[in-house]
Amino acid sequence: MKAAVVVFPGSNCDRDLAVAFEQAGFDVSMVWHKDSALPAGVDIVGVPGGFSYGDYLRCGAIAAQSPICKAVVDHAERGGYAIGICNGFQILTETGVLPGALLRNAGLKYICRTVDLKVATADSVFTEGYNVGDVIGVPIAHHDGNYFADEATIKTLQDQDRVAFTYEDNPNGSVADIAGILSENRRVLGMMPHPERAADEGHGGTDGAAMFRALAGMVAAA
Amino acid sequence: MGFAIENLRDDAMKARVHVMLKNGVLDPQGEAVRHALGALGFDKVEGVRQGKVIDLELAEGATEADVTAMCEKLLANTVIESYSIEMQ
Repeated sequence: MKAAVVVFPGSNCDRDLAVAFEQAGFDVSMVWHKDSALPAGVDIVGVPGGFSYGDYLRCGAIAAQSPICKAVVDHAERGGYAIGICNGFQILTETGVLPGALLRNAGLKYICRTVDLKVATADSVFTEGYNVGDVIGVPIAHHDGNYFADEATIKTLQDQDRVAFTYEDNPNGSVADIAGILSENRRVLGMMPHPERAADEGHGGTDGAAMFRALAGMVAAA
Repeated sequence: MGFAIENLRDDAMKARVHVMLKNGVLDPQGEAVRHALGALGFDKVEGVRQGKVIDLELAEGATEADVTAMCEKLLANTVIESYSIEMQ
């Protein structure tokens, strides 16, 4: 089972994400943003949190144009699995792999705390380890996590059961309390909260571990 | 028209791109500026929208269509932002 974690200048959750994948049983390769190809045989790509390129222009905008992102988009278009967390979610929206965009938090403040997320669908390899309606505690740490998409896009996401997680107490102004969404083929997840920071006893919570266990189970079964 | 771009050659071909959040997209920074102006006693401000200006120095032969392509691909995120271009 192979996972690749993309590293940009300014990524700061790349190692946390790699550890979460490793603890679930993946062999993890770190992939530099200037690389133009993913390692052969990669099952899932992780686009980690952080502040790629200092958030210049827009969060994720410059990273989305990097050579490795072209490879990540190709991987997703071939039906490969990918997860973008926090800045990784911003990057995946900037590439167009996921719809919508992340705006400045409605309260303007950077928010760093554990929040309650409701599992909105169990129909994906990322969320099948949970039950719909489960409430899990997962940290957020972002300034630009206010999910926005036009009404038609939101309706499509809801109609196709592609909202993965919602906030119980919306911290950032996201439309429809959306914390994470799936691609149309349900193989790409983008979310602002950090499951990789809730995947080990030492983190103070392990509610995110089920996601990585489910991913490992998916790949093992394939 | 015409605008000066600091540190750019006087004879360079230039474009100025204005990027704004679309109408209907909440602009929390603009709102904060509006509140701050109100707190300073400027009570005639009914709305503030904050955007950005990007000045480009262009090579000979560049066209507005080139700048439009730059806006679509990178300078603006058209999911949330609109843009306008001034060529000089």
